[in-house]
Amino acid sequence: MALLEIKNLQVRVEEREILHGLTLTIDAGKVHAIMGPNGSGKSTLSHVIAGKPGYEVTGGEILFKGEDLLAMAPDERAAKGVFLAFQYPVEIPGVATMTFLRTALNAQRKARGEEEYSTPDFLKKVREISKQLNIPQDMLKRGVNVGFSGGEKKRNEVLQMALFQPSLCILDEMDSGLDIDALRIAADGVNALRSPERSMIVITHYQRLLNYIVPDVVHVMSKGRVVKSGGKELALELEASGYAQFEDAA
Amino acid sequence: MPAVQETVDRVRRIDVDQYRYGFETVIESEKAPKGLSEDTIRYISGKKNEPAWMLEWRLEAYRRWLTMTEPTWARVDYPKIDFQDLYYYSAPKPKKQLSSIDEIDPEILKTYEKLGIPLREVAILEGVEPKPGAGSPETRKIAVDAVFDSVSVATTFKEELKKAGVIFMPISEAIREHPELVQKYLGSVVPTSDNFYATLNSAVFSDGSFVYVPPGVRCPMELSTYFRINERNTGQFERTLIIADKGAYVSYLEGCTAPQRDENQLHAAVVELVAHDDAEIKYSTVQNWYPGNSEGVGGIYNFVTKRGDCRGNNSKISWTQVETGSAITWKYPSCILRGDNSRGEFYSIAISNGYQQVDSGTKMIHLGKNTSSRIISKGIAAGRSQNTYRGLVTAHRKATGARNFTACDSLLIGDRCGAHTVPYIEAKNSSATFEHEATTSKISEDVLFYCIQRGLSQEEAVGLVVNGFVKDVLQQLPMEFAVEAQKLISISLEGSVG
Amino acid sequence: MNVALVKNDSGPAASSVFAAAQGRLPGAGKVADIRREAFAAFERTGLPHRRIEEWKYTDLRALVREVLPLAGTPDAAALARAKVAIASVAIDGATKIVLVDGVVALELSDLAALPSGVSVRTLRALLDEQSNESRGDLLLTKASDPMLSLNAALATDGVVVTVADGVQLSSPLQLIHVATASKVARYSRSHVLIGQGARAALVENSIAAEGAAAYQANDAAVIWVGDEAALSHVRLMRDATDVVNVSSELFTVGAKSKLSLFNMTSGGAVSRLQAFITLAGEASELIVNGVNLLRDKQHGDMTLVVDHAVPGCTSRENFRAVLDDRAHSVFQGRIIVRQDAQQTDGKMMTRALLLSDEAEADSKPELEIFADDVSCGHGATAGALDDSLLFYLQARGLPEKQAQALLIQAFVGEAIEAIEDDDLRERVIAAAQDWLEARA
Repeated sequence: MALLEIKNLQVRVEEREILHGLTLTIDAGKVHAIMGPNGSGKSTLSHVIAGKPGYEVTGGEILFKGEDLLAMAPDERAAKGVFLAFQYPVEIPGVATMTFLRTALNAQRKARGEEEYSTPDFLKKVREISKQLNIPQDMLKRGVNVGFSGGEKKRNEVLQMALFQPSLCILDEMDSGLDIDALRIAADGVNALRSPERSMIVITHYQRLLNYIVPDVVHVMSKGRVVKSGGKELALELEASGYAQFEDAA
Repeated sequence: MPAVQETVDRVRRIDVDQYRYGFETVIESEKAPKGLSEDTIRYISGKKNEPAWMLEWRLEAYRRWLTMTEPTWARVDYPKIDFQDLYYYSAPKPKKQLSSIDEIDPEILKTYEKLGIPLREVAILEGVEPKPGAGSPETRKIAVDAVFDSVSVATTFKEELKKAGVIFMPISEAIREHPELVQKYLGSVVPTSDNFYATLNSAVFSDGSFVYVPPGVRCPMELSTYFRINERNTGQFERTLIIADKGAYVSYLEGCTAPQRDENQLHAAVVELVAHDDAEIKYSTVQNWYPGNSEGVGGIYNFVTKRGDCRGNNSKISWTQVETGSAITWKYPSCILRGDNSRGEFYSIAISNGYQQVDSGTKMIHLGKNTSSRIISKGIAAGRSQNTYRGLVTAHRKATGARNFTACDSLLIGDRCGAHTVPYIEAKNSSATFEHEATTSKISEDVLFYCIQRGLSQEEAVGLVVNGFVKDVLQQLPMEFAVEAQKLISISLEGSVG
Repeated sequence: MNVALVKNDSGPAASSVFAAAQGRLPGAGKVADIRREAFAAFERTGLPHRRIEEWKYTDLRALVREVLPLAGTPDAAALARAKVAIASVAIDGATKIVLVDGVVALELSDLAALPSGVSVRTLRALLDEQSNESRGDLLLTKASDPMLSLNAALATDGVVVTVADGVQLSSPLQLIHVATASKVARYSRSHVLIGQGARAALVENSIAAEGAAAYQANDAAVIWVGDEAALSHVRLMRDATDVVNVSSELFTVGAKSKLSLFNMTSGGAVSRLQAFITLAGEASELIVNGVNLLRDKQHGDMTLVVDHAVPGCTSRENFRAVLDDRAHSVFQGRIIVRQDAQQTDGKMMTRALLLSDEAEADSKPELEIFADDVSCGHGATAGALDDSLLFYLQARGLPEKQAQALLIQAFVGEAIEAIEDDDLRERVIAAAQDWLEARA
């Protein structure tokens, strides 16, 4: 069954149309890669799914588990299981990572009508995950992402993914700014979360990331549309021949 | 530098030798009777053949001025000015009616030659290398209006500008030739009642420049005015009015010098800028009035009101100033950001040495929506001077989306000077975003040592650091001025930074 | 606040208040002369107004309009109401000193069981002590300010607290101002001396008893921190919502000492804390933090003058304002570095968060520097909550209000975290949370 259905989505940012009728269906348990040159609308898509303000949807719809996602506030989407791993996670000085994690997790659980985690259960869970991801405890005491390196920020995103157990993970340019070791750690974390219930959208400019997170389906975006879809071999083809061939197709 | 006693000693010795413009021009002049009264104003207005409305405007300002008191809030300290002990009008005595530049008193021509200001229509200023890859010689022209004491003695390139539709002439002429423009705009940015010195100026201003750039015109060359105070005991009260109509652009430069004299001289100018929709005005000043001698004797009292009105949407006004002269500077070039999306900028280098006192800064008044402003101020205090940045940034209730960034940095050279920062930051709606930062420091010993270890002399090293310190602002100046300004900075700090 | 129109200057009304108060003011002879001079100094300006530079943003002539009559001596009923009120702020284990309507309430204070090395006397008793030649000094200060002059003229009582040299207090001293009367004014003046090498915490509260409204508070504190001493001073101002509170604090800090001052204002219609701090001994450290949490039409002003008079001191000032509705916050902070105060390190940061389009934040951080070997700076920001942070939190499942609350907490937390004592810090955080919860 389709987890996410995007139908003929049209999006404007300040008078300029960025997505011109994008259609995409993602089944539960699948990993889809979305590739494309800069400015093709990849990040816009991820922001619109997560509900970032500043984007005007002028046409089309997004159904998530059969429900109208666009009608929901960003926090409702999160509670429903949409998780966006940001390309540039923000720094929030003064809000300790631990406080943030607990507040967010319990807010999601509350919204779903689930019981909130007790402090010891929560701590245990966070310690477990952070150990797997090689995140030192003192990092969790600091402000959210404050003073974190690029790799640490991305690992913090993966930690949240593991903690919140979302049904859709959108990884927006997860590889940007990461060296190969940092990338491997983050990708291992992501791979550990793959399951038949969980889908992922991996947005990337380069094929490199897909060596670590191997997709089921690859889409090529250009000028605000999906112009080609195929298996994981499509990524390799792109690596060899570049995006230029799709410029005209768009 | 605190560590270098020798330098400190030399700062103490700073004197007029370094003021290159301290000479006096000996010519015959014609002056209004000493002192200020309605008769003085009638005399000035009569000399200028002004229409009745202009005289009335002046008299109204004068009557208001009589009810006003001098402002005392600035951090400047000076003996009380006797406004009856000044001449309010002084003009070189013309030998006959002039019909060409060659008939100007050769002494005056020589004065401007010495100052490096071309009154003949030459294209390049002294000492300036041609820009590599600069286009036609056309782009290198600068039109000059030269103001000598109370009158404009020459305006160059008038004809060529006229072809482009640009009006550039002494304001005294504009009052006669373009009364509709002058009446519409004069006092519309700085009202006659604005402040003590602006009101005084409104009553007695004698000359200055007038610029009007019609809609859609990009002024084909830099415009410039050169002010020279020559006469003893004479106040200079010039008035400048620049209007950029819809979509117009103009860059305007202003320079000032005065002879060295033991008594203080008063300079109280008013500059008004109006930018309509999509227009841009760039106003640059290199102020080098005589600063007084090493004992703090003499020098110009510079009380100036400069204000730009971004009246139209998407308009922009940018002030750049290099302030090195004057015994006292009291000056806050400001922007009223009335039009939506309008932008104001203020870039300033203020250097004080000897006994100079500087109280300068800006006001950015955000009234329209999505207006933005930027303030970069660099203050350098040496000798026994006091150097104050005073600035106001305010966003009114309806100025949604207003943004300001302010950085003001001060550098102290020697331990007998003062550097002060007095910002007023007023946010009156939640969508305003203001960022302000200020630092005060001395030149880092580590940096100096690093440079010296690499082979620079102490003085070169300090010069290098100071140049780096002011670079952001120098870059805003038109190239011709940037060269002059850079020279001036090193002269002003001679003895303290070499 | 009284809405009746009064004359533009507060002269006649204030002078009748002063005349009427004569019978209640301690100290005859020389002290009375000082009071008269102080009142004359006040009358030269009257209530300070916007044309006085230091009061530019807090125009008492417009905001307050008049000087109210002096509060009467609290009676038994008033003391009973005060007792109920202080229960909510009293800190377990602290040495309480309670002033009711500007008068020391011995029966509510812990003066009988003072920690060893601490002495407390009342200002009233000291001013009346004829044998004490220098008693008048208790009303004199270096700083000159109209409201401080008015305080000197009308101070009815206060305490003089001494912490002896080398005494390390393990629990805080707590000075609680309680108002029980309405439409009257109180004036108190206290002195605190922290001896050489001593260490203490001083908590100051200003609260209203049930039913007390529309009063004016003018409390002054003169505080000396001796050499190698440490004082942590926390002020929590939660006056009734229609109240005017203008407090002045004057600090003199000795060498190798540490003074940490924290102020939070969440009550009152018009509040101002003006702190004049002189770093008079070398190698000392000063931390001043402040938080204004204001809503409705509240006006809160924190004005600091930090005077680096000697070399080698460090000062850090950190101010946060959170403003809702039509609230108005003012921060003025001047760092002065005297000619000989080389190696001064002074940094000041003021930030305002505007939650409403009608709120106003005015900041005037000043540097006044006469020495060259210094590292000084200040920063100021004003604006709304950062949209990108809000979105990040919402994308992680926090509802908008909760996301805002978390960011506001973090915003003020930057100023609160400097409070070293865990218990005091928790109290301040709890007080801030009360404010936030009232918002949601």
